[in-house]
Order: sequence, then C-alpha cells, then structure tokens
Amino acid sequence: MRTENQKAWLFVIPVLALVAFNALVPMMTVVNYSVQETFGNNQFFWEGLGWFEQILRSDRFQAALGRQFMFTAIILAIEVPLGIIVALSMPRKGFWVPVCLVLMALPMLIPWNVVGSMWNIFTLPKIGLLGYFLNDVLGINYDMTQQPISAWITVVVMDVWHWTSLVVLLCYAGLVSIPDAYYQAAKIDGASAWSVFRYIQLPKMKAVLTIAVLLRFMDSFNIYTEPFVLTGGGPGNSTTLLSIDLVKIALGQFDLGPAAAMSLIYFAITLLVSWVFYVLMTKDDQP
Amino acid sequence: MKKRYLIPILYIAFLMLPIYWLVAMSFKTTNEILSGFSLFPQTFTLENYAAIFTDPTWYWGYINSILYVSLNTVLSVCVALPAAYAFSRYRFLGDKQLFFWLLTNRMAPAAVFALPFFQLYSSIGLFDTHLAVALAHTLFNVPLAVWILEGFMRGIPKELDETAYVDGYSFPGFFVKIFLPNIKAGVGVTAFFCFMFSWVEMLLAKTLTAVEAKPIAAVMTRTASSAGYELGLLAAAGTLTIIPGAIVIWFVRNYIARGFAMGRV
Repeated sequence: MRTENQKAWLFVIPVLALVAFNALVPMMTVVNYSVQETFGNNQFFWEGLGWFEQILRSDRFQAALGRQFMFTAIILAIEVPLGIIVALSMPRKGFWVPVCLVLMALPMLIPWNVVGSMWNIFTLPKIGLLGYFLNDVLGINYDMTQQPISAWITVVVMDVWHWTSLVVLLCYAGLVSIPDAYYQAAKIDGASAWSVFRYIQLPKMKAVLTIAVLLRFMDSFNIYTEPFVLTGGGPGNSTTLLSIDLVKIALGQFDLGPAAAMSLIYFAITLLVSWVFYVLMTKDDQP
Repeated sequence: MKKRYLIPILYIAFLMLPIYWLVAMSFKTTNEILSGFSLFPQTFTLENYAAIFTDPTWYWGYINSILYVSLNTVLSVCVALPAAYAFSRYRFLGDKQLFFWLLTNRMAPAAVFALPFFQLYSSIGLFDTHLAVALAHTLFNVPLAVWILEGFMRGIPKELDETAYVDGYSFPGFFVKIFLPNIKAGVGVTAFFCFMFSWVEMLLAKTLTAVEAKPIAAVMTRTASSAGYELGLLAAAGTLTIIPGAIVIWFVRNYIARGFAMGRV
C-alpha cells in the first residue's frame, strides 16, 4: 500500500516546526516551574518533586479529579446511546437530511462562553424559560446558584445539548455508508430490527463510535469555559472540574509551582486514557 | 410520516429551545426582561443590536475574531496539506509515533497552556496581535487538519499519482492541478473544522490579547461584568456570534457527516 520513503519527512517539517514551537516551548516552561519554588522577584529555588507529591496527596486535587471523572462518565453514558438512537431514526435521504444535519450541528458552532451565557439566561429563575417552567409551572424548587444538585444537572444537560450532535453525526456517517444490498439481504432472511442493528449497523458504526468516544473523552475532560461561565465552579466547589481548579490556582492565586505540577499530572492522565482509546481505534485500521 | 421521525424532531426541538430563548431575549427591552416572564418579546426592540453596531469596542470584537480565525484556517490547511499527503502515501521512520504525538496536542487542556503561552508570545513581541492567537490555535487545529485530510487522501487511489507522473507532471504540478481538485471536499471540510474550533475557543484567545486584538468573547465577558445586568445586550451579542457559524455550515452541509468521521467512512 504505502511505500517506504524517508523524503516524506520534508513534507512534515512545516507542521512539525509549527506544532513544536507551540507545544514544546510552553511544555518546557511548565516542566521548569513544576520543580521550582518562587517568592516573586524572579528568584527561583529548586523544589524537586515536592509539588507533585503535594498535589497528588491534596484532598482538593483528588476531589476535583473525582468530579472530573464523574462528569466525563455521566456525559459519555448519556451522549453515546442518545446519539446512536437519534442517528438510527434519522431519514437517510431526501430534502430533510441536510436540514437535520445543519440544525443539529448548530450548537457546536457557538462560542463556548456564549454557550455558558445562553444556558445561564435559559435557566434563570423567573426570567429564563427553563427556570420559569420548572419553578412556576411545575413547582419544582430549582436554583442553580444555590443547589449543587441543580448545578450539576444543568452542567450535564448543557453538555448533552452541546455535544450529543457530534455522536449523532459520526454514527450517521457510518450508517449511510452501509450499502442497500445489506438491508435487502437481511429482509430476505427475515432478520428482526434488533439483528439488523446488532449484526449490520453496529459493526459499521464501530470505527466512528470509537472516534466519537475518543473526542468526547478528550474534550469533556478538558472542559473549562462553559461550566466556568455557567456556574463559576459553584455553588461552593460542587462543579469545580479539573480545568477550573487549575486556572484558579495558576491565574487566580499565581501559585506557579503547584499549578505546573498539576498541569503535568492532568495532561498525563488525559494522555494515558486517550492512548488506550487510540490503540483500540487503530488496531484494525492500519493495513 | 413515520413514527420514528418523532425522535429527531424532539431532539432538534430540544436543541433549538435555548437558542430560541437567546434570540427572543435579544429583542426584549431591559425593563421587560426584569419585570417578569414573557414567551415572546412584548415590545419588540432593536436597540440592543443598535448598541452593538454603533460601539467600536463591540463591533471590533467581531472583526478581530474573524481576522484571527481566518488567518488560523489558512495557516492550518496550508501546512497540513503536504503533511497529510506524506502520512497517506509513504511509510517513513517514526511516522506512527509522529502522528500520535500530533494527536496528543489535540488532547492538551487549554488551561495547561494558558500561562506559558502568555509568556512565550509576550517574549517574542506578538502579544495582543491577531497572529499570536492564530498561531496559538494551530496547536489543536493543525493536528485535526492533518487527521481529517489524511482520511480523505487515503480514499484517493495511488494510481492517480502514478498516472500523473507517467503523463509528465512534476510533483507540484500534479499536487495543485490534479490532486487538490480530487480532494476539494476534504479541503472544504477541513477548513470548516479549523474555522469552527478557532471560532469557539476563548480561553487562549482571551489570554493572548488585551486591546488591539480583543476577541468578541472577551468583550462579552468584560461587558457582562462591568455594565451590570444587561441581559438583552448580552443576548444580542451572543445571537450575532451564531451567525458566522450558521453561514459556513451551510456550505459544507453535504460533507459534514463525513468530515466529523475524519474522512474515514
């Protein structure tokens, strides 16, 4: 298939230079800070791995990490099945297909801070459509700024609103690539809807579903702007996910050492889990 | 109509509700918003939009955002094209490792890079320029562009390359005149994704700018905090940020599903 050619490196150099400039220099800065202590005035003292130990042992980091894993697990558990169901029930051809696709993709094209503001306006008690409906029509006591549980549900629903379409579009791309002949053969054999899904549609969607899970894992694990604008991490620390906590330490308190150590631990976890997905994804992909 | 179409209809309705509410709010007066609940704007007003289009801080926010997003899109696609070609056609030392390393940059939390980026771009004198944000966004857009383009290029049979060389094309001639027209859908989709991810990102864009290149997202947060409770204005500004996305998405509507699958379907 692909031929051996070392000159191909020449084609890769521009990308390499650009990404290396953006990734390596800041990464070295972070590594540099993570092993030093500073009291300002540009004076630095060697600290060794002290910050890493302190971060890993701190309750605050463990709590934020726990919330982060819980958030990612919940949104994956909702978005993946919901995305598959919506993709399966969409029309395959005709005028409505592009209309559906464009409308579904729309939430993903809204700047993340606007997503936060939009959900804030949407859920305000008395003023927002959802806040008014829950409080004044259904009589449920709902106030995101006071109740941790309401804040959690709102952040999760916001992410489902924002990103389920990614799963839908990916699965849909897998589904439309199935030739009609497969369905006809299944019909002749008298296959049930479940067998069609299990033996024809699901295998075809496997590759795209892995991409969907990988992308959703990476992006939800790195999520910052939307929950920050919506809840600011509150009430209390209840919705302080990893990124929010990191920015609080780095830019809020300007604790460079601990923030850098936390960045590296954070990045290592993301990398590790993503690597597992990547290996699974490319296992039967490469010729 | 088939019964199962109820599912996509309900799903789209769920997606549209918060957007409708944002748009409805943008046409309300501040008095009406604060005085209580109304499903439709009672006194329809355009004053929120008028405020944005007459205030340079506001409309320059949009211009700045569009400038760095366009710059980033052109830059990302141009450097990704040859690299994606190399990955799709050749095996070379460390190709798989390099490809994975590129992807790891797509995984890096922006929060990790915010402060180092600020220091890096300040030290080379690019702080508060459109170029700084455009360059910073290549961190996640270039890997994505390489990934999508490689998927599309893999679908083009190698015989196309070989026939062109037999016909006497040089490599640049072949690439521009024959290869590019064959993957133009892929290039369009890639450009769309670069546009999208640069347009929606705001942590880095906000960190790397102060006055001259301030993106619309930063104008919105600062206005929201300084001017108090101006929900109508905020809603109008939010509504306007949806429009560029809605326009570009229309051009790629037939390829969008394939694009999200990274050209791999």
